[in-house]
Amino acid sequence: MRVIARLDVKNEWVIKGIQMEGLRKVGDPIELARAYYEAGVHEIIFMDAVASLYDRNSLFHIIEGACQNVFIPIVIGGGLRSLEDVSSALLAGADKVAINTAAVNNLSLVSQIASRFGSQCMVGSIEAKRQADGSWQAYVDNGREPTGLNVLEWVRELEAAGVGEILLTSVDQDGTKRGFDVELFSAVNAITSRPLILSGGYGARKHLQALSAGGQMPNAIAVGSVFHYNKATPGDLISLSDSLDEKALAA
Amino acid sequence: MRVGVIDYGAGNLRSVANALHHVGAQPVVSDDAETLLACERLIFPGVGAFAYGKQALVSRGLDRVVSEAAARKTQLLGICVGMQLLFDRSQEFGDHEGLGLIPGEIEAFAPGGGAQPLRLPNVNWLPIAPMSKAGGLAGRLLDGVTERSRFYFVHSYHAQSANPFAVARAQYGGQPFAAAVAKGSIFATQFHPEKSGPDGLKMLKNFVN
Repeated sequence: MRVIARLDVKNEWVIKGIQMEGLRKVGDPIELARAYYEAGVHEIIFMDAVASLYDRNSLFHIIEGACQNVFIPIVIGGGLRSLEDVSSALLAGADKVAINTAAVNNLSLVSQIASRFGSQCMVGSIEAKRQADGSWQAYVDNGREPTGLNVLEWVRELEAAGVGEILLTSVDQDGTKRGFDVELFSAVNAITSRPLILSGGYGARKHLQALSAGGQMPNAIAVGSVFHYNKATPGDLISLSDSLDEKALAA
Repeated sequence: MRVGVIDYGAGNLRSVANALHHVGAQPVVSDDAETLLACERLIFPGVGAFAYGKQALVSRGLDRVVSEAAARKTQLLGICVGMQLLFDRSQEFGDHEGLGLIPGEIEAFAPGGGAQPLRLPNVNWLPIAPMSKAGGLAGRLLDGVTERSRFYFVHSYHAQSANPFAVARAQYGGQPFAAAVAKGSIFATQFHPEKSGPDGLKMLKNFVN
């Protein structure tokens, strides 16, 4: 399982809130990316947290700076809405783009990105929020705007459109450090054959063990708060993940 | 050392260039055949679809750089789709001809025998196992690879591990495949050394030494 550091960025700062609200400054994105790389993370996600306000992604120069010293895959998300935006992101040094709002508005963009740049570069980003009836709805704008899309149906549509990976963020668990939404993960993992990056809620070893106990592991987890607030090091998480992988192989 | 990076519009060349800088080489990112062929080493990068890459390469007249480099025995490192394009053909989305510099075919993973279909693309950090025959250029590039080394793979198609030019193998979903191949002055990897942290940088350093 890959261990990915997720950096949500606002106005040149890495920020972190709880359930995507109450954002606090954490540090400089280029310095943090380098520190996490040197600590051994497998990948870095830069997410523009205010892209929807400005209608564009403002992280390209940060990616350019970060990738001078970071030699692992880089994902960029937030406010990317056209093939030109994707092209600029890749030229800046990103390897993959995470698309949420633009896919909701125009699913054919997903297919266009996959056929022009390859599906390996097209990460379908889903912000899932649990509903009163127990289902999950897809949201945009950092979990603020409902789309009316059922998450499980949306996963199938994204997969059919050509995404190479799915970034599944539980808005309910984001920043809480109270554990993943295991039911959400199991439901989505069961219906997709794409690699799944699970995001939102990791706080302690037992949360990863809880996923593993269910018999399925995501292809990757994206972690923000516990790294930002030094509650766990990438090294700890990677060795835990490796040992769970070995257990799964032996089973 | 000047290392030409073949720019045919496929992939993240900035990362390759940054990684080359990091290991003390001077990257020359170019789509000009003569500029590239004047370099001491060449990198043939690539991401995306095989057919798109082939067409992009040919339309810029850069397929000639790769075959000319092979003829002149210029050391060339192919990466990911850059590796796959060196083969005779690929089954990705139909049947497409490659550059024919390494005999063999690029094929799909089998769907997988478990309860769940094999998750594709294979997006994982995997160990690789160098094969005993890896001498010469391959031996030099694989120097320092241990069972603890990990490399970043992202692909749905692969060359067979039984290919006579395979020099390192890996496996995914219980299926072995060629992680690296070598023939003459060509060395090529299915994984991305420029995205594989210190283990990948070590391989690039071996390449430019």
